[in-house]
Amino acid sequence: MTYFNDLGPGTGLNIELQLNGQPVRAQVSVRQNLGDFLRESQGFKGTHIGCEHGVCGACTVRVDGRAVRSCLSLAVQADAAQVFTIEGLSDDPVVRVLQDSFVRCHAMQCGFCTAGMVLTAAELLQARPEPSRAEVREYLSGNYCRCTGYESIVNAVMDAAQTLRKALSD
Amino acid sequence: MRLRLYERPLVTSAELVANHKHEGIGASVQRVGAKRLVQGQARYCDDIEMARMVHVCFLRSPYAHARIASIDTKVARAMPGVVSVLTGADLRAHCEPFLGILSHLPGMVSAPQWPLALQTARWQGEPVVMIAAQTRALAEDALALVEVDWKPLEPVVDPEAALAQDATAIHPELEKANLAYEARVDRGDFAGEVARSGLCLSLNISTTRVTAVTLEPRGLVADWDNGREELTVWMGTQVPHMMQSVLAKHLRISENRVRVVGMETGGSFGLKIHAYPDEFAAVMLSRLLGRPVKFIADRLESFSSDVHARAHNARVEIAVSPDHRIQAFGVDGLLGIGAYSKHPRGSVNEVRHVVNLLGAPYQFAALHAHVRVAFQNKTPYGMYRGVGHPIVCLLTEMAVECAARKLKVDPVEFRFKNYRADSDYPAELLSGTKLEALSHEACLRQLVSLMDYPALRKAQAQALADGRYQGIGFATFVENSNHGSATYGRGGAPIAANDGCTVCLQVDGTVLCNSGVTDTGQGTETALTQIVAHTLDLPLSAVRMQLGDTAAAPVSGGNWGSRGTGIAGEAALQASLALKDEVLRCASVLWDVPQGRISLHGGHLVDSIGGQSLGSLAQLCQAAYVRPDLFKSCPIPQFAVTRFYAQREYDGGIYTNGVQASLVEVDIRTGCVSLLKHWIVDDCGVVINPALADEQLRGAIVQGIGQALLEGCLYDDQGQLMNATMAEYLTPMAGEMPDICVGHVVTPTRSSELGAKGVAEAGITGAIAAVVNAVNDALFPLNGQVTDLPVTPDRILKAIGVIH
Repeated sequence: MTYFNDLGPGTGLNIELQLNGQPVRAQVSVRQNLGDFLRESQGFKGTHIGCEHGVCGACTVRVDGRAVRSCLSLAVQADAAQVFTIEGLSDDPVVRVLQDSFVRCHAMQCGFCTAGMVLTAAELLQARPEPSRAEVREYLSGNYCRCTGYESIVNAVMDAAQTLRKALSD
Repeated sequence: MRLRLYERPLVTSAELVANHKHEGIGASVQRVGAKRLVQGQARYCDDIEMARMVHVCFLRSPYAHARIASIDTKVARAMPGVVSVLTGADLRAHCEPFLGILSHLPGMVSAPQWPLALQTARWQGEPVVMIAAQTRALAEDALALVEVDWKPLEPVVDPEAALAQDATAIHPELEKANLAYEARVDRGDFAGEVARSGLCLSLNISTTRVTAVTLEPRGLVADWDNGREELTVWMGTQVPHMMQSVLAKHLRISENRVRVVGMETGGSFGLKIHAYPDEFAAVMLSRLLGRPVKFIADRLESFSSDVHARAHNARVEIAVSPDHRIQAFGVDGLLGIGAYSKHPRGSVNEVRHVVNLLGAPYQFAALHAHVRVAFQNKTPYGMYRGVGHPIVCLLTEMAVECAARKLKVDPVEFRFKNYRADSDYPAELLSGTKLEALSHEACLRQLVSLMDYPALRKAQAQALADGRYQGIGFATFVENSNHGSATYGRGGAPIAANDGCTVCLQVDGTVLCNSGVTDTGQGTETALTQIVAHTLDLPLSAVRMQLGDTAAAPVSGGNWGSRGTGIAGEAALQASLALKDEVLRCASVLWDVPQGRISLHGGHLVDSIGGQSLGSLAQLCQAAYVRPDLFKSCPIPQFAVTRFYAQREYDGGIYTNGVQASLVEVDIRTGCVSLLKHWIVDDCGVVINPALADEQLRGAIVQGIGQALLEGCLYDDQGQLMNATMAEYLTPMAGEMPDICVGHVVTPTRSSELGAKGVAEAGITGAIAAVVNAVNDALFPLNGQVTDLPVTPDRILKAIGVIH
């Protein structure tokens, strides 16, 4: 499927990046944000746009190993970067364990925030394999969920942390 | 008469074939389809791409009230990439306007509302011009090129001022300037009871407008098929069939030519239950252009055009006799519902709950309730999770705790003394509202034990001695579910109170079902799947429940008012029971065993004599579909069944109840509230999936905490919404929220065989009052009391005299 873009002649920039493990070359409008590029130009709809001003965290993706808000990043900033969306991370050991824990702990309702929650939690667990509940709550405080009230999400992250530690010690 | 479900034993181990896991009613199975949510595979409305699709955006009024002298779209239309630029005048001939009134509410008025404002804009954010372009970005570029000559008018912002004699009329064609509705209930000798009571106190309570802030904004994709002259609309919605009816009527198309598909929806909470003018304009555009149109609201549009709710000013009174018995409740209230009453449900339902349910858990002799509703130049008002129940709970329970404090009686003891006894139901309130079976006493008993109340009071006293201000607050609530026809049908709104479910066996013996309710996160799909799987004794994986497609599902009222599981679930139960009868009949013919000896277990037809499997459900289905000649001697197998269910015993609905408690600590130097713990005991009848029910309660409680402490749409005196970003409109985030302890009392409704009532709104209904009561309990030693919501740090500091 082709996606229309709003490039006028000479207004785009060429970027090259690794997207979900695959090389991608694209010409992008300089004003296009990364979230729109991933969704509209590349078809990765698992990245959700919630607020478009960096508050809700639904659009979180992984850029060069960091959890990044794709609504606050421009597509041109992803030039030469390694970008992963939720669709490309099912083989990532931390993300996979988190996904299982989210399902087991009923840590989603409408699911719109879930990808952002999982990617943010993955960043936390990579840095701190043994977080406290308070640390999990604090780390996820930039990700909005209107449905769950957060407790089940905190449970899921704690559950995933335990599973990962167990896997490491086995 | 069949045994009601709760009168029959649930699946017992003896009934189950070996290794067959119990996944039916009462099992906390994982959410059906959860994997696609965590993997980013779920498809929401904005994920749809179609050939030739155009994207729309709206030029919205920057003024709360202004005359539109002229609109010049020439330059915008000429911009490359722009497909169309339309004004209200362009659309007017092609539709019928909305009129958000319910005819059974005497005196309720509103004015016709067009998809795009005609001569006058009546709220900041009202759509005025629609621009379609090849991308949303281009459409927004063109928006800057539209010239509108605005003539600002005097904005009517404050509801009290709106009802003044000399107020500017927002809709000059209406008889009484700006009065949308007035509700009044007077029963018993209110003045006499007040005069005779030992204690009469009144509180002035105000709440601030809030909005649902669904993470996924409103949106749709509309596709008009010019050849068939048919319309398909994919949208995030709670009410596909209602939207089908509304679109058909207002676009003058027959309903069988309108298909509405409820997509995966990123939260709804009542927000996605209304007919919005911008959505309607986008659908019309698809018909005018003959190509697909996508509209997805951005966050600013969401704040200024999604329905707002819960802006009450109320003076509530409670009269208590010297022996601590409540004698009377009274309320005089006012609220502003914005510029229009929303179509088709109207915007005054909060008021009906306030006047009908004031003091609902308690036994008392006199009720006075009078609430006025004003139009104002603000965003139109509508449903938000719980509708008026959280407000009437707040008014009632703040008054109750305030009275208990005044009387120096423990609030738990005071409630036990004044509750209508659990054994006294069914009951009729003074307002005439009928309650089937409530369990306030049982819920409070369980709550007190769950929270270890005496220990908490001791700890609170110790904390106070250490200079820390902790508070414990309670809230008893009632909450409507399983609505009957009195809610909307009698008022003429095209909202079904009779829901169908189709359950169909496939050739391989699996089951495909269709229901017109939606699942916007509640877990309805899971609950309905469990009900069908339970009834047919199949694993969940053998049942596929499709929701919310009007082309596939029988008519349904949709998902609102905590009705999905109770109403649509009962239809699913009845359809699968009927299908099961047919399966047993056909098995009896095929295997020549009397029907009474056959039962269905784990996908097998089992002969009760000898306990042998006669064959599998798959074999039976194969025979029924591919070898109908084997059934020659009897009627043809009918392996698709549709059953409808309407709750007709209580026209006003089946009430649920429960009680909540909150423990907080207030920092009296900063006014900040720490939420230490929250408890709820809820009675929603038969619980289909305890884990998902608990999650509904938890999520809703946190939403309630938001309204209690954080949220509010802040307007200036010109009707400008001042905080229309998520950075400024504060919602609960993970860091500040408490863990929530959940308990259940189970009083099944006898109005259905399933026995389930709703659970989605109970959490928010009691949470607001519980938290506010807890804060005021903490401030009591300092003689502080906050009665304006949200309870922000500055209000707390003012209440205790730290700032002025």
